[in-house]
Amino acid sequence: MKSRVVDRNSSKSEIAEKECRKKTFKSSPWKNPKLIIGATVLCVLVFCTLIGQFIWDKTLVNVGSSPLNLPPVGFEYRKQIGTWAHPLGTDNSGRDLLTLILVGLPHSLGIGFVAASIGLVIGILFGFSAGYLGGRVDDVIRLLSDTTMNIPALLILIIVQSVIPNADFFVMALLLSLFAWQSPTRVLRAQILSMKHSDYVKLAQLSGASDNEIMFKEIMPNLLPFLIAQLTAGTSYSVLVLVGVEVLGLGSQSKPSLGITLNNAINSSAILRGMWWWWGIPTIILIVVFMSLLLISVGLDEVSNPRLRNQ
Amino acid sequence: MNGLTWKYVLRRVGIYLLTIFISITLIFIISRAVPGDPVETMWRQLEMQKGQIEEIDVIIDHYKTLFGLNEPITVQYGKFLWNTIHFEFGVSYAHYPTPVSTMIKNALPWTLGLGLVTMFIIFLFGNGIGAIFGWERTPKFIKTIIPSGLLFTSIPSVLAALFLLSIFAKNLGWFPLAGAYSNEVTPGWNWPYIASVIKYGFLPALSILMVNIGWTVLGMRAMVVTIGGADYVRLAEAKGLKPFYILTQYTVRNALLPQLTSLALSMGGLISGQVLVESVFSYPGMGMLIFRAIREQDFPVIQATSFMFILITATSVLLIDLLYPLIDPRITHGGE
Repeated sequence: MKSRVVDRNSSKSEIAEKECRKKTFKSSPWKNPKLIIGATVLCVLVFCTLIGQFIWDKTLVNVGSSPLNLPPVGFEYRKQIGTWAHPLGTDNSGRDLLTLILVGLPHSLGIGFVAASIGLVIGILFGFSAGYLGGRVDDVIRLLSDTTMNIPALLILIIVQSVIPNADFFVMALLLSLFAWQSPTRVLRAQILSMKHSDYVKLAQLSGASDNEIMFKEIMPNLLPFLIAQLTAGTSYSVLVLVGVEVLGLGSQSKPSLGITLNNAINSSAILRGMWWWWGIPTIILIVVFMSLLLISVGLDEVSNPRLRNQ
Repeated sequence: MNGLTWKYVLRRVGIYLLTIFISITLIFIISRAVPGDPVETMWRQLEMQKGQIEEIDVIIDHYKTLFGLNEPITVQYGKFLWNTIHFEFGVSYAHYPTPVSTMIKNALPWTLGLGLVTMFIIFLFGNGIGAIFGWERTPKFIKTIIPSGLLFTSIPSVLAALFLLSIFAKNLGWFPLAGAYSNEVTPGWNWPYIASVIKYGFLPALSILMVNIGWTVLGMRAMVVTIGGADYVRLAEAKGLKPFYILTQYTVRNALLPQLTSLALSMGGLISGQVLVESVFSYPGMGMLIFRAIREQDFPVIQATSFMFILITATSVLLIDLLYPLIDPRITHGGE
């Protein structure tokens, strides 16, 4: 983009001005290609699964609802040919993979999103108080986040889930949020510390605004892209932990999910039996989800931090 | 004092001990949070599944005294704390009467070996590649590979493991499907054994490596780009030093320090990834131990192994954090 602008550099001031206007329009920070691609892919995926839930027969997730070991359409596996009735094939206990994905994906993403949102709210409260108020509050919050930050969420969740096997949506989200607030807290604290002495905050202080007003009305709007980036990264992390716990064979067995599908595939040695669709399709879907979440958060980071652009 | 003040060390070690303490407490609370008594629930369940068990009350009572479940909760907590820091985790339910500590002792070397080797390679090669990508003199076409590498970093290592296992072990048959060494070799310091261990460990290590190395590469590249414009680098250039010498002795040396911090931060993710990768490859480390224990509902093993992983994570982060000020004389902690 840079070179194009240079090429067209004309001596005529009119064209230059036009070009300049075009450039500012084009380089609006929100028109970040990474952000747009990531958000589009994720939205399409979520939209399709939500629509699919209404069109497709949801009872096909039940064990024995479909023929066993059926390959996807256009493939043949042990003399069975894939049919349109089960376009993505079935597993070894007769569950339709398409339905597993349609039902499982929004569920996992939903848990991750709720967990990250709770984590972000705690992170905003803690990070803002620690950064803006400082002193004792800062010490306590920093100690709390420093001590819990190095505990891997996956392992605590393994212990919890082994004792409470059938945690539902909100219990799961709450558990995950216990490990989703440290990162936003740290990052926001650092941001607040750097903004605390900026001119507009000083001006607000001089004009008699209260601490709460300055924190939430003056500083927070400036951090908006930053907050969404944290939310996306948090969602990605929570879904990652959730999938990890499920791959190990924990998590609610009554609700289908991609992680549990992978666990079934590993336990039934789907790879050795050559049933690639059983583990491969959920894996690809998850990879697409994680990639788009990463693109969104990297894109948003670039929106909020101009120095990261054009590197 | 080389930047390593007592105040910093004390604070850091204090946080470490507090982390361990909080984890043990969490594990204790969680394991006692179940309604009813875990031993009784388990045996009653077993009775329902497998039919009548003779003298079940005697067995339950024996286990209760064995685990100290008849004592008041504070005493139980004190004992749990004491036993855990002495690595006394009781006996396995599923492999009675094997002590859990024995199982962990057998699995620990595999986990540590795999983890340390992978971490070392990630740090060495990640920073090396990152430095080359960030260097001004590197040809442009090499630099354009970077954006695709970024996407790789978002894939969980367990998913990469599934793909590697399927392609290189199942379809191509280049690598073994499971285990840590071949049955035909005798463990010990002999070449066939070492070669076998490397061959069996290659794919698990690669699946952790290929997704985690990206962050190190990107971090190093950004650091090299930033430091490249610093005054002291300009001065070195003006002095006529060789560009490669400047890159290694000026730029990379200074960039390594923040890279060490980010390594410490990513430790939790690395280790969690390893738990899952070991399960996929049936690698006989502690990750596999957790995977099997979950299937067998072997609570002491699940708790003990999780605790060991938390301990390993916290310890390695502590070591890196203590190393940091030793390397960087500019930083004086706690001197504000």
